[in-house]
Amino acid sequence: MESHTLSTQDVLHERMAKKLKQRHRRERLFKFAGLLATCLGLAFVAFLFISILSRGIPAFWQSTISIPVYIDPELVAVEAPPEREPQESQAAFKARQDAWRNGLMRVSWNAVLAAAVADLYPQEDFAVRDVLALFTSAERHRLRDLVAQDPSVIGSTLTLNFLAHANVDVWLRGNISRDLPDAQQQLPPKVRALADRMAADGYIQQRFSKALFLNTDSRSSAASAGLSGAFMGSLFMMLIVLLLAVPVGVASAIYLEEFAPENTWTNVVEVNINNLAAVPSIVFGLLGAALLIGWFKLPLSAPLVGGLVLSLMALPTVIIATRSALQAVPSSVRDAALGIGASKVQMVFHHVLPLALPGVLTGAILAVAQSLGETAPLLLIGMNAFVANVPSTPMDQATALPVQIFLWQGNELRNFFEARTAAAIVVLLAMMLGLNLFAVWLRKRLEKRW
Amino acid sequence: MQKAPQQGRDVKLSARGVKVFYDDTAAIKGIDLELMDKEVVAFIGPSGCGKSTFLRTLNRMNDTIKGCRVEGEVLLDGEDIYAPSVDVVMLRARVGMVFQKPNPFPKSIYENVAYGPKIHGLARGRGDLDDIVEQSLRRAGLWDEVKDRLNQPGTGLSGGQQQRLCIARAIAVSPEVILMDEPCSALDPIATTKIEELIAELSSQFTIAIVTHSMQQAARVSDRTAYFHLGEVIEVNATEQVFTQPENPLTEAYITGRFG
Repeated sequence: MESHTLSTQDVLHERMAKKLKQRHRRERLFKFAGLLATCLGLAFVAFLFISILSRGIPAFWQSTISIPVYIDPELVAVEAPPEREPQESQAAFKARQDAWRNGLMRVSWNAVLAAAVADLYPQEDFAVRDVLALFTSAERHRLRDLVAQDPSVIGSTLTLNFLAHANVDVWLRGNISRDLPDAQQQLPPKVRALADRMAADGYIQQRFSKALFLNTDSRSSAASAGLSGAFMGSLFMMLIVLLLAVPVGVASAIYLEEFAPENTWTNVVEVNINNLAAVPSIVFGLLGAALLIGWFKLPLSAPLVGGLVLSLMALPTVIIATRSALQAVPSSVRDAALGIGASKVQMVFHHVLPLALPGVLTGAILAVAQSLGETAPLLLIGMNAFVANVPSTPMDQATALPVQIFLWQGNELRNFFEARTAAAIVVLLAMMLGLNLFAVWLRKRLEKRW
Repeated sequence: MQKAPQQGRDVKLSARGVKVFYDDTAAIKGIDLELMDKEVVAFIGPSGCGKSTFLRTLNRMNDTIKGCRVEGEVLLDGEDIYAPSVDVVMLRARVGMVFQKPNPFPKSIYENVAYGPKIHGLARGRGDLDDIVEQSLRRAGLWDEVKDRLNQPGTGLSGGQQQRLCIARAIAVSPEVILMDEPCSALDPIATTKIEELIAELSSQFTIAIVTHSMQQAARVSDRTAYFHLGEVIEVNATEQVFTQPENPLTEAYITGRFG
């Protein structure tokens, strides 16, 4: 056997120096790779936000026709609204009122609108059809409602704002090429010329779109389609998740973490909860459709069903977050409480839970935010239906913000709804951001206590 | 080899054939030990010899450790604390504990001391509670330092003050026995001295069992010393005797620093 010769100090130093170089190189490489990964991630996020904001923000403004409208008594030829006679019964009076309102429906509001535009340019002669193409179809009903509410406006001239037709909006914003031949344009040449002229004269302006926030979805009148129905649907579901998933999840996490005996049964439960968090969300939709709608006969498209399904989805997240928050509470606190004779319940509720609360609430809010953005399970329980009303209870038909985005994204009027979709995404992101900021604020506030 | 305890005192706490297992590993292999009323007993021994484990069996703090099993009996005033009829909450009110690392609640100084009396319903009204808090802090030698800031967090105190706060918290429920698990190991020498003085004062009212790694501390504060070795009590005797004329060669080897 060859004996090992001892190296001199110099040789050892040389070896170390060589190795050190290698170590430094590796360190630099790792740092560089990390920096690169971070930058790449940031770049993607920046790209996402810039592209969505640059498309979505302009959609908060939309082409609005702002013109004086003469409510011509000849065109709006209705009698004075009925007044209640002394001996008249309530029912009879109501019948007469309804008859009067029905009369308003027979008025040609289109003619009133056409006359208003014609008055702007007295020497021109427009076809009524061309003029009406400027307005989105819901606007004539607004004119009717205005008169029904206040009949005294008949005979006067009002300056009113009307939403322009979606095609006009697209044309004026340049979302369709002006070089396309007539056959491929969405509007006839005369309408395009009129729109350009009115825009140049200031009768058509870009105004902040209240419709986007106040109206519900609309099929016949794309320009007045709004998010309020979807927003309310999302809000109801969020409340249901908050009221259901959070208390149930926190309670089961506390039980599992602090009280449950450790045995096969609890192990099975634990494994299942962790697996449940990884179940694809659409499966929860199937469950909701089969169980809640098929078995319990709950209504289709109802936020109640959506909220229940999303609660099921959020439950594992809440449980896992709560458990890790409870585990993070140092055992010395438990020792201190038990050592002085606190019962286990007292230990948990007086000491452990207050310390875990920031983590618990953060987890809960993130779970709610996550379910707010969920789409797939809602498609299976009919929440992708077209709903033209704002839901007033969780049992009414409704849709949700992410589903509305999905629906608008698929709308055939692409060049109008692209911006609308991006705007809806901005609203959804703003809600998410709000929730996350709330979580951060809550965390800071609760942690500050000591 | 157990000498008769000091004369003229009643047995307060008595361990008989106590064995403790963590899963299947025996941490305590059969200990018989008696704590007399108002006596300070120090538990010394090398790391991992089972001192702390044994201490925690005396107020059933081991219940919270998964896989921990206790055999034998521990009698408090002649009553087995492991009997099914014993309420562990009551037991821990009677046998208090001070831990290695000061662990005040993240609440105010007042709340820290008041918590025990509150949950046990000891105080009749707010004034009574104030009295208990003041008395406990006085007995823990902390009153003068904190009386003007009772509403400030207990965690904001220095390490030594925190440990005295924990002692005040323990004595606020008027326990009969106080178990101390290396109460000074995280403290500087000055804070340690204060705690030791406090232990000397408290020994007139409480039975105290203290685990310590410092033999000087054991010599300074205790009436009797028990030497633990690999889960057994090798020797228990008057402290003076243990440190001057140990009976067992293992004890001698430990206290003279030949191992440990």
